[in-house]
Amino acid sequence: MTLLSAPVEYVPTGRLRISGLPRLARRHPLVVIGGGLLALLIVLALAAPLYAGDPLNMDPFKRLQPPSAEMWFGSDNLGRDVFARTIFGARISLMVGLLSAAGAALGGVLIGVIAGYNRGFDNIVMRVMDGLMSIPTILLAIALISLTGPGIAILIVAITIPQMPSVSRLVRSAVLSVRERPYVEAALCGGARLPKVLWRHILPSTIPSLMVQSAIVCADAILTEAGLSFLGVGVPPEIPSWGNMISSSRLYLAIAPLTVFAPGICLAVTVLAVNLLGDGLRDLFDPRAKRRRR
Amino acid sequence: MLMQKSAGNDVLLDVRDLETHFVGDESTTRALGGISFQVKKGETLGVVGESGCGKSVTALSILRLLPKMNARTVGGEVRFHGRDLLELSDREMRQIRGDQIAMIFQEPMTSLNPVYTVGRQIAEAVQIHTKASRSVAMAKAQEMLRLVRIADPERRVNNYPHEMSGGMRQRAMIAMALACSPELLIADEPTTALDVTIQAQILRLIADLKERTGTAVMFITHDLGVVAETCQRVIVMYAGSIVEQANVIDLFARPAHPYTQGLMRSVPDQRRGRQRRLPEIPGIVPSLREPIVGCSFAPRCPFAIDICREKTPILRDVGSSHAAACWRAEEVMGA
Repeated sequence: MTLLSAPVEYVPTGRLRISGLPRLARRHPLVVIGGGLLALLIVLALAAPLYAGDPLNMDPFKRLQPPSAEMWFGSDNLGRDVFARTIFGARISLMVGLLSAAGAALGGVLIGVIAGYNRGFDNIVMRVMDGLMSIPTILLAIALISLTGPGIAILIVAITIPQMPSVSRLVRSAVLSVRERPYVEAALCGGARLPKVLWRHILPSTIPSLMVQSAIVCADAILTEAGLSFLGVGVPPEIPSWGNMISSSRLYLAIAPLTVFAPGICLAVTVLAVNLLGDGLRDLFDPRAKRRRR
Repeated sequence: MLMQKSAGNDVLLDVRDLETHFVGDESTTRALGGISFQVKKGETLGVVGESGCGKSVTALSILRLLPKMNARTVGGEVRFHGRDLLELSDREMRQIRGDQIAMIFQEPMTSLNPVYTVGRQIAEAVQIHTKASRSVAMAKAQEMLRLVRIADPERRVNNYPHEMSGGMRQRAMIAMALACSPELLIADEPTTALDVTIQAQILRLIADLKERTGTAVMFITHDLGVVAETCQRVIVMYAGSIVEQANVIDLFARPAHPYTQGLMRSVPDQRRGRQRRLPEIPGIVPSLREPIVGCSFAPRCPFAIDICREKTPILRDVGSSHAAACWRAEEVMGA
């Protein structure tokens, strides 16, 4: 708290140095909490086969069992292990969330950068993006899925496409503000090619906002997947996913509440973790926003 | 004296009737109304005029760096080594930019990318035009920083722009511009954003480097003091046209255009005492959206007579290597 206990660190090279987790945790606790929680979830999901039972095994004699040593969260209406299904369901949620965020970021950057630099492309594509934004995400995803039939790959695509407008708008606006900076003009003046200037001088400055937006997209994608699965148009029903579980167990809520609460709470925690990480990153990248809020 | 040293037939840049328009939704602005001038090898040409008279547009037209959206160079030639730059492909133009013609800008604070080290940015400029490896280019960057007299270049190459002062950043910009030993350096108000002492240092540095490398410099400024100190020949621009062209001694001794006279009168002079208000040129710069009838300076000119409002004066000789676009140039010189 005093000046003495917090000496100003002099970094002679001027390079940004990662000075350890404790310091990050003190300054930006959200990043550490959200990131840590997300990392934990990913590890648990990836290691699922090592400690969780078979999520698909049905046992008609053990329907709607309460929690026990054998099945920690009890069993569902078909006698399946709720704990195993919840853990394996995390794989679906996280995969859909992360891949959709990556896909939306990639597509959004591509569209946004070109739109930021080419007025003709901008006029056409950004109007299409506006149109996409006016359609509710879930509705658009349902429409896309109904064109091909269910499947995880098409589900990811269907969730990614409605997310692209927000990312491409963000990137476009960042490009528009950076392209007028004198160092961009200076680089062009030095004979650099436009794609190189875009890559070296314009794209890097969009990364902070892109990362924050990706976190928001990721959380949104996880919720959309759960919603679509709940409605029966998402992940095929034989694959355990949180949306599927809540959907098939909701009739037994009074008898076996964990069949609904386990995936529900996991869903909430995962989305919370991603959102915390996103908020933390925003504060980390934009110190002014943080100061203003206080 | 200075003229004779650099005189000769070796014209480096020959601009003829360069005309640039800005096309808007409702109107077209004639930013450059057909200007012609030459830059000889190794000389320093000053380009002066008030804001919006077309100084920077001239520079950017030469380099073809104006926004393609609304700027059109509608006529004229820009001959560099005899080749018309306006005819070159984008690819050929890129090879000239930074390599044979380099430019330094007004804002040293923002002309360097804040996320890369200064050394890396200079090295990059080198690598664009040569096949130098990364390490060779970095060595060159260090050498360039030493050339522009930045102390401790070994350490400074790894500095980010925010770790440098304004003067150092402008030096780094100059290092970057000169890294490929261009034949022509366009300096667009390189000292405007700096304080007076640093300004003097930078001017001395540019003059010194010019001497050593033989680079011709086109010096864009609105500061007549800077012109007097650094340039051999001067062109004075007003409303997108050249109104006077002369070697620096003649220009200051006998300005032949009322606008030039007005500019000189509005420079503060210690000898005049301090109680007097600084004389200004009355009126404002004419809008370039409407065609101008007669002399563009006539509405503000104390010498204006009827012919000035009716017929546009063309640049004509009023002495040896001294030209002015004024109907009454001789009388103005005598005044």
